[in-house]
Amino acid sequence: MENVISLGVGEPDFRTPWNICESSIYSVEQGTTSYTPNRGLQPLRETLSGYLAQRYNLRYSANDEMIITTGVSEGLDIAIRAVVDPGDEVAIAQPGYVSYGPCVTLAGGKPVPVPCYEEDHFKLTPENLQEKISRKTKALIINFPNNPTGAVMTAADLKAIADIVTDRDLVLISDEVYAELTYEGAHCAAATIGSLRERTITLNGFSKAYAMTGWRIGYLCAPKELSDAALKIHQYVMLCAPVMGQVGALEAIRSAEDEKNDMVNEYRLRRNMFVAGLNRIGLICHVPEGAFYAFPSVKSTGLSDVEFAERLLKDQGVAVVPGSVFGPGGEDHLRCAYAVSRRELSEALGRMETFIQGL
Amino acid sequence: MDEKDVDILRILEENSRLSVEEIASMVSIDASDVQERIRALESAQVIRGYKTAINWERAGNGEVSAIIELKVNPERDYGYDRIAERLSRFKQVRTLRLMTGTYDLQLLVTGKNMQEVSRFVSKHVAPMDRIRETATHIIMKSYKENGNTLFEQQEPERLPYSF
Repeated sequence: MENVISLGVGEPDFRTPWNICESSIYSVEQGTTSYTPNRGLQPLRETLSGYLAQRYNLRYSANDEMIITTGVSEGLDIAIRAVVDPGDEVAIAQPGYVSYGPCVTLAGGKPVPVPCYEEDHFKLTPENLQEKISRKTKALIINFPNNPTGAVMTAADLKAIADIVTDRDLVLISDEVYAELTYEGAHCAAATIGSLRERTITLNGFSKAYAMTGWRIGYLCAPKELSDAALKIHQYVMLCAPVMGQVGALEAIRSAEDEKNDMVNEYRLRRNMFVAGLNRIGLICHVPEGAFYAFPSVKSTGLSDVEFAERLLKDQGVAVVPGSVFGPGGEDHLRCAYAVSRRELSEALGRMETFIQGL
Repeated sequence: MDEKDVDILRILEENSRLSVEEIASMVSIDASDVQERIRALESAQVIRGYKTAINWERAGNGEVSAIIELKVNPERDYGYDRIAERLSRFKQVRTLRLMTGTYDLQLLVTGKNMQEVSRFVSKHVAPMDRIRETATHIIMKSYKENGNTLFEQQEPERLPYSF
């Protein structure tokens, strides 16, 4: 199809800031091309440890509790495989990223979706969580700021579920890859909640914050026992994350703060404009407080999310992702990424309005 | 000035043709509020004008520019100000700055062709009182002006769908 505007993307539309690229290219020219220690380059872990402490009040030891992974994807996989035994159940807050369930299945576990609803601003509530926990539940996977809903969990929200997590002795796997893309107030890292620190595996990365998706660089932070277990798998299946990516990541923390803030600021402006536009044309949309997705409801149109998405693409050439793809709680919604230029967002809104008026 | 004003300034700096309503939706305030703020910024001379960036060469109306550096004897009581202000009045002088280093004043002079530029320098600039020396550097090609790159950058390829 020609002239399609895709709001179905899951990555930034920016290039990686040049200073990051330049330092990585230079390091390759200098011959930095061999394996790094399994956990990742020492300077990167140390700088990152300092950054996490200053930015999120997260304190992790560079030597014992941090692993640089090949994207958050790898961090997720080794975290699950370190913790889940065949037959274990893993509660997964949904709507959520499409990989969580399959990774649990691949590890021999059983994914148990825990729905999050619009009336709760798509946050995970203790009531909904309690309902889905059984004797067999080993872990809980959450992702805030959330893909696809853009929801965030504040310290109060996290404290509310902390008791269940500790009572049932669960491991909490907290995917915080969109942490830097938080627009109202500061991001609260799950591991900063006292009772959760000893049982949380924190996952984060550079892909979304610094537009480094293709570089494949993430990090896993957890108390020594959990981190060692993940490291065991990592050293056998990955050995180490790409060295040129690690060099780029180090440069990112050191010198790309302004560029990162500019990108986040741009997402925020786009969010305001796009969400206001969606509400204006009749697709009621809660204000997403993080990530770069709007999650409007299509209930007012009488179409299902899948029908709406298919017909919108055919009739008007705008691609969105039906919310049901992301699990319970996502039906009747669409995931629309605003990691797209303002011009295209404007144009997409115009086309969507035309489509809705024609229904 | 607050955060919303800074947002508005950044938005206008990139594209001054956006409507007040469009700006309002980006900054999450009323259109009338945006209008008020812009008026205030204009009267405070924070916003100094709205200009359009044109590639005159593409328009078929190519120009030639040169950077002229001047060694100037400063005046008692006035320093370089009066000479600089006098030179600034010429339309051909697009920018004029006082610099550290070997030379004192740096000008960007623009004309229709090289002859026009050199005629301007030799007739109006060099003979001026208090100017000791001039150095002229003709600009052969511009790659970036005022934060805008002028060469074609390839759009990075992105998968249309990714989760």
